[in-house]
Amino acid sequence: MSKLFNISPSPHTQSTETTKKLMYGVVVALIPAFITSILYFGVSALIVTVTSVVSCLVFEYLIQRFVLRKPLSITDGSAIVTGILLAFNLPSDIPVHIIVIGSLVAIGIAKMTFGGLGNNPFNPALVGRVFMLISFPVQMTTWPLPEGFKTSYADAVTGATPLGIIKEGLKNGDSLSSLMEKIPNVFHMFMGKMGGSMGEVAAFALLLGFAYLLYRKIITWHIPVSILGTVAVFTTILWLIDPQKNANPLFHVLAGGVLLGAIFMATDYVTSPMYPKAMIIYGIGIGFITVVIRVYGAYPEGVSFAILIMNAFVPLMNAYMKPKRFGEEVANG
Amino acid sequence: MLKTFPVGGIHPPENKLTADKTIKYLPVPASVAIPVSQHIGTPAEVIVGKGDIIRTGQVIATSKGFVSSNVHSSVSGKVSKIDNIIDSTGYRHMAVFIDVDGDEWVETINRTPEVIKEIKLGPEDIIKRCLDSGIVGLGGATFPSHAKLSIPPGKKCDILIINGVECEPYLTSDHRLMLEHVEEVLTGITVLMKALGVDRAMIGIENNKPDAVEHLTGIAEDFRGITVHSLKVKYPQGAEKQLIKALVNREVPSGHLPIDVGLVVHNVGTAFAVYEAVQKNKPLFERVVTVTGKSLRNPGNFMVRTGTPVRDLIEAAGGMPEDTGKIVSGGPMMGKALNSTDVPVVKGTSGIILFPESESERPVAGPCIRCGKCITVCPMNLEPYLLMTLAGKGLFEKAENEQITDCMECGSCSFTCPAKRPLLDYIRLGKSTVIRMARERNIK
Amino acid sequence: MSTVILTTIICLSILALISAIILYFVAQKFKVYEDPRIDEIQAVLPAANCGGCGFAGCRNFAEALVNAETFEGLNCPVGGAEVMDEAARILGKEAPEVDPLVAVLKCNGTPEFRPKTSRYDGVADCRITNNLYMGETDCSYGCLGNGDCVSACTFDAMYMDPVTELPVIMDDKCVACGLCVKACPRDLIELRKKAKKDRKIYVACYNCDKGGPARRACKVACIGCGKCVKVCTFGAITMENNLAYIDANKCTFCRKCVTECPTNSIIEVNFPPRKPKAEVVTEAVNQRITKG
Repeated sequence: MSKLFNISPSPHTQSTETTKKLMYGVVVALIPAFITSILYFGVSALIVTVTSVVSCLVFEYLIQRFVLRKPLSITDGSAIVTGILLAFNLPSDIPVHIIVIGSLVAIGIAKMTFGGLGNNPFNPALVGRVFMLISFPVQMTTWPLPEGFKTSYADAVTGATPLGIIKEGLKNGDSLSSLMEKIPNVFHMFMGKMGGSMGEVAAFALLLGFAYLLYRKIITWHIPVSILGTVAVFTTILWLIDPQKNANPLFHVLAGGVLLGAIFMATDYVTSPMYPKAMIIYGIGIGFITVVIRVYGAYPEGVSFAILIMNAFVPLMNAYMKPKRFGEEVANG
Repeated sequence: MLKTFPVGGIHPPENKLTADKTIKYLPVPASVAIPVSQHIGTPAEVIVGKGDIIRTGQVIATSKGFVSSNVHSSVSGKVSKIDNIIDSTGYRHMAVFIDVDGDEWVETINRTPEVIKEIKLGPEDIIKRCLDSGIVGLGGATFPSHAKLSIPPGKKCDILIINGVECEPYLTSDHRLMLEHVEEVLTGITVLMKALGVDRAMIGIENNKPDAVEHLTGIAEDFRGITVHSLKVKYPQGAEKQLIKALVNREVPSGHLPIDVGLVVHNVGTAFAVYEAVQKNKPLFERVVTVTGKSLRNPGNFMVRTGTPVRDLIEAAGGMPEDTGKIVSGGPMMGKALNSTDVPVVKGTSGIILFPESESERPVAGPCIRCGKCITVCPMNLEPYLLMTLAGKGLFEKAENEQITDCMECGSCSFTCPAKRPLLDYIRLGKSTVIRMARERNIK
Repeated sequence: MSTVILTTIICLSILALISAIILYFVAQKFKVYEDPRIDEIQAVLPAANCGGCGFAGCRNFAEALVNAETFEGLNCPVGGAEVMDEAARILGKEAPEVDPLVAVLKCNGTPEFRPKTSRYDGVADCRITNNLYMGETDCSYGCLGNGDCVSACTFDAMYMDPVTELPVIMDDKCVACGLCVKACPRDLIELRKKAKKDRKIYVACYNCDKGGPARRACKVACIGCGKCVKVCTFGAITMENNLAYIDANKCTFCRKCVTECPTNSIIEVNFPPRKPKAEVVTEAVNQRITKG
């Protein structure tokens, strides 16, 4: 009996990169932010993150096994990434049951109803977060202040985030210069000593993650740079027009969730465009809408909504901003 | 700064295990099966019969039509039968089976070892000699060379491009040819230049062969009009459109040929075969084949007669390793897997690779995560994920609009996909269906 | 009720009325005249939109029926005679007698009969495998077993048998729409005339190689010996390219060819069983072929 050889179409060799490795690479990039969240917010940060990740995994398992009856894919790492990113959008003292509800919405509604990994048009973590914001506004808008490593869960001292301070203060008629004294200085904002959600406070930790993602070639520079660049340019224009009503661009880039959103949420493969040109337009759109909501809208922070709105345009961008084919111009021109 | 093509490309592991192995002449086998179709175009017509006595270099099948090629016997002996045999297309096709007896060559072939540099033939005679000697493109495409050298009226060629890139991993046959037979190759290039009526030739070589670049550059100084250029190592630099873009920055328009931008591209192996045909009157019946694989005992580069079963090459390289899972004819990116070792070596066989079982299985495919990496690596700037979906769902008109026929099946997309989706399988299906639909439309 | 609510109700009602009037006139002006009989016929058709009639969908077929002079060449295989007669009644035409058809697979190459010579590891799609190479066996004409036909069937009439690795067509569900015939890249499925009790006799092979290679590849291949042609007294069997073919219109189901075939390539389906004499004949002829 002669040996049976394997026959398959070419190519007969593959790169070693897999979906799983990409997802776990994102998890590794989020580790610096995770560590700083525990340092600033204590054990509660750990509990929130673990609850979120476990709920996401459990819901994905249950839905795939019992509702859809499809093969399981919980080991590919995407549910873990969604869980961590969802947790990083939350205040560290949020009650556990709200996290579970948010995970159910994120995985069950935003991801599984569309067909699972690769088919959802909207970022699942952001859908979960926005759902929780609208359904539980009080719990989702009381932000613990970074008091250092604490072991108790619920009794955090809460205060307003820098963006919240500015928004409320301007509504009350305070001048910007007096408000700026109430906000932590630039160094503190960079290192994370400000009120806010667990993942958004420490700018330097997020930038470390960004560097790792670029090094591993998991994302390209286009989306984060175009978002942050647009935010910087637009806020510079507003600041130059009226420095008493609009904060400086450095403040806008460091405050709120725009760094977290630009580096980790907007760059999600499934919901972002696939070509560099389209990515830059996408980033500009997000930056623009974020600043509009921050300055003229009712909410102090607008990154989540901005990303979700631009997610809706992504199929259109994919269809109309196709790359120029090799030899196309010469053939037609 | 090394030149390269601007869009796409990947860096698969090179595995040039046989880069320093000198070419060995494989002993003549006991019997051969020479297929009558070793080229693109109409299969040749057999002109010998069962029982005929044949000599090495004798014509055994003649070309039929313009895009076709003569086939010559690579051995001397008696024709045992004219029957079908499995070849590298995966199907059975007609071949001439010869039982070998000695090695008597046709006497018109000049077997002296000196390199003859003076070219006595004129352009038209050179092209006729290529046709008579059965010269086809040895880069793997096997397009009849006389057809490529016959420039259609209204078009002009100003530079001859020589492809010494060998971008496929594992393969080293062109590399060794450039090191060991450099004067023959350069003379062959000069012959091609004369046939085309050009005075400039540019040889492109990837930078992972610095010895070849250096050696060739030195000797090329004695030849008029030939320049050697080192290119950045990136697959598929050896694809002719990408080679042209990198060397002279001209973009071949979609659906057109290099001659439309004034260029003709030939492989170094073809240049060597042209030298032998024109200067030594030797038709094409043997070529350098790289036999390699991580588990092989003596991988190497062999000069093999066409019609030799692959089995003999594997024996010469130390025998089939125990853990062989897949045998590939060609390179790992575009080669074809063989289902039997009876398959004969043909003019287009550039290498035989034996993969161990651990590297023979395809990984399980997952859903598309829309990462866009396939688009980033496609050298023709197509969208493989979209073409796969369109071909899979049978939306062939849409696939045609997305220019699926531009795909050169290099395999970069399937190589890169993190979800291990079989992109190229469906794109190939889409391409063949679209081409068939377009042909039926034109006939109407 | 406050004035706001009253105003809103009145405004919206007026808006709705104006829109309705505009829409009515626009609909009348841009109305496309369609023969009302097309709708009637379409209601009678099975609405499967399978393309078995040769048209793009049931509505297109209905149009064709209304516009045609006679029903010659027009038939809905899914609905059958019942539907065609009803359509004929509505249009006042004659529906010609059309024999019902059923799909059969012209290959019997199970792993027992047709040994494997390689392992296919690519995408499980028959068209892709067919483009790549002859398949996991030595027969380049036989069924590849990846189920393109099963996926194409919209009437749930087919499934893949895991033991024989061949598709099975269920006679009671098959409506002979022809989707599986189009799907098979090797043209192995044929629509043959349906006989009573679902009986069938046909050559379950499509191999056009000469006897030697065909037999080496598969034990039940047609070797082109011609014995069936000689034994058929009704002239129903023809031989072309080393392959026998039985014309279903001439076959009387006498079963002489089934016993005569040395490789058991011709099969009979849904007949009462008879004595297993064929085995001995096969071995003896088998020896003769491999020696010669």
